[in-house]
Amino acid sequence: METTEKYHFDVVRWFSVAAVIYLVVGTLVGVLIASQLAWPVLNFDNPYLTFGRLRPLHTNAVIFAFGGCVLMATAFYSVQRTCGVKLWSNKLAWFTFWGWNLIIVSAVITLPLGLTQGKEYAELEWPIDIAIAVVWVAFTINFVMTIANRKSSHIYVSNWFFLGMMIMITYLHVVNSLAIPVGMFKSYSIFSGVQDAMIQWWWGHNAVGFYLTAGFLGIMYYFVPKQANRPIFSYRLSVIHFWALTFGYVWLGAHHLQYTALPDWTGSLGAAISIAMIIPSWGGAINGMMTLSGAWDKLRTDYVLRFLIASLAFYAMSTFEGPIMSIKTVNALSHYTDWTVGHVHSGALGWVGMVAAGALYHMVMKLWNTEMYSSKLVNTHFWLATVGTVIYIVALWISGIMQGLMWRDYDAFGTLTYTFAESVAAMHPYYAMRAIGGFLYMLGGAVMLYNVVMTIRQASTNPSTSAEPARA
Amino acid sequence: MADKIHSTKLQDKLERNIWAMILMTAFVLSIGGIVEIVPLFYLKSTMEHNEHPEIMWDRKEGQSLDDWKPGDGIRPYTALELAGRDVYIREGCYLCHSQMIRPFRDEKERYGHYSLASESIYDHPFQWGSKRTGPDLARVGGKYSDEWHVKHLIAPRSVVPESVMPNYPWLAENKLDGATITANMKGMKTIGVPYTDADIAGAAAAVEGKTEMDAMVAYMQVLGTMAKLDYGVSYRD
Repeated sequence: METTEKYHFDVVRWFSVAAVIYLVVGTLVGVLIASQLAWPVLNFDNPYLTFGRLRPLHTNAVIFAFGGCVLMATAFYSVQRTCGVKLWSNKLAWFTFWGWNLIIVSAVITLPLGLTQGKEYAELEWPIDIAIAVVWVAFTINFVMTIANRKSSHIYVSNWFFLGMMIMITYLHVVNSLAIPVGMFKSYSIFSGVQDAMIQWWWGHNAVGFYLTAGFLGIMYYFVPKQANRPIFSYRLSVIHFWALTFGYVWLGAHHLQYTALPDWTGSLGAAISIAMIIPSWGGAINGMMTLSGAWDKLRTDYVLRFLIASLAFYAMSTFEGPIMSIKTVNALSHYTDWTVGHVHSGALGWVGMVAAGALYHMVMKLWNTEMYSSKLVNTHFWLATVGTVIYIVALWISGIMQGLMWRDYDAFGTLTYTFAESVAAMHPYYAMRAIGGFLYMLGGAVMLYNVVMTIRQASTNPSTSAEPARA
Repeated sequence: MADKIHSTKLQDKLERNIWAMILMTAFVLSIGGIVEIVPLFYLKSTMEHNEHPEIMWDRKEGQSLDDWKPGDGIRPYTALELAGRDVYIREGCYLCHSQMIRPFRDEKERYGHYSLASESIYDHPFQWGSKRTGPDLARVGGKYSDEWHVKHLIAPRSVVPESVMPNYPWLAENKLDGATITANMKGMKTIGVPYTDADIAGAAAAVEGKTEMDAMVAYMQVLGTMAKLDYGVSYRD
């Protein structure tokens, strides 16, 4: 099959299926830890299953296992189609696939064992960090060399965004993970205190800004026009979107540290640029949505397109919420509360998860040259994901704002009204509600997995349809 | 069609040349990080002890970490405290507990004096946290008895019924390893924590026969007790 294909698509197929599996696994761990906060008995007094060890497993599984496989699948897929050439090296692509999955397996083993660098979203210990750097660079080189070999004169916009992500993640991962090993699986960050905090959140916010935003915007710029079968709304807007995002996002990390011991100038600078970032973010969201201009009726029948457009609505919403939360007075209330967690999930579930689902459905149909086994189930997935996301973020808006207000509330005598423990007790119904929202989202992922597996089985038992995939 | 320029000449050039595109993107991406991070390493105003040297422990020649008394000033963690901190990181405590008190009235009353940058100077990595599912711990030292901490770590709901914290019964069973803590302190010294050779030589003996529970309690009890901060002094502008 490989030899008859115009492009190297086998590795894309494997990444796509892996992504769907990791979606279910990652959200399943998420549902468990969400439930642990509502019902702590679910920690089972077992060190390997406690919240503190599984939470990094959840974030790593959804960001790096699910998100990573989606990014690698879509980048390898769209770069070949937009450049009109095969991948520079199929071998290197397979190295990327097996390397990345080996990293995921090592994360699944080491994180429950408590082997961690203790930095959020960068928990994996130094030998795994080195492996990540090697595989990531292999991914980047292959991508860049494929573009260098392209047949088209210009580099298509989706590739700029993928490229921006690859360069920035290389910077971030290398600098933030600098550590001195003191054992095979133990190391200490070479930075300490305030500098370590700033570097960590430079990493933390840009893992969101580049991995989960720029990379997924690359997906948006390729898959929305393809699925809608219309050109992107505005080329100029994409140019502005790209450069403004590239320049601006990098500064935002400091808004995670407002009112802390980080110097005030740094936090304020981060906040100022955060507020300005609403412009490129909305520019991008509008660019994606307006691509449908004149063809809105497609949303009624095309469930895949529905995923893509709903994701842009969530993208617009969370990129509005983010700048608001970076305003110092708002941040004083929202920081340290569940509101932050809710905000992350409106981006992660609503934007990243849904644009990924749209792209994956689109690719599965193209890669196996077939229709989905059941388009009804695509719609079921859509509604489970949407309702789950909304329940999740509403629950954490309420709990987050309530926490913030309870902590700072004073009674008539000028003393604090609530003990901390009272604020914890007040969270219970919202933590339960959040777990339900997350469960629905996970269920949507399971429906997707079933649908994808059945689609592939259907395609392989019907070889008559396995002709050469349509050209880009 | 392919020769028509739809934007600026520069943009068109970048879109036609992948290497130019990479260089430009890499340059634009590096600006924000450099401006925000690099000055933190050399601006004197970043660390409060440059203006207020009294908050650091002035360790005399030959003094051991055991000669330090609460309030004497910021110092590196003892072997036992560092072992406790390693357990704290291993169990992911920082995911639910912050160690960074902000300069607000309610936080002052609930937790104490706002945190200073100098207070985490020996924290590799920093443990400021980002979420308060449980309360801030930056100044938890001395607020509860050792016995309370032991009970609380083994079964949090036995002392705080509303708590959603997991039980950590295994801490009381796990023994500390002298060789590990010695290696860890050596590593810390390499990256700038001022441990003396005597501190490191005595590390294994200091944790001999101790459990992870002892270490956690020692770590909890030192948090926030190092520097004696004066409410009348403005440490940060």
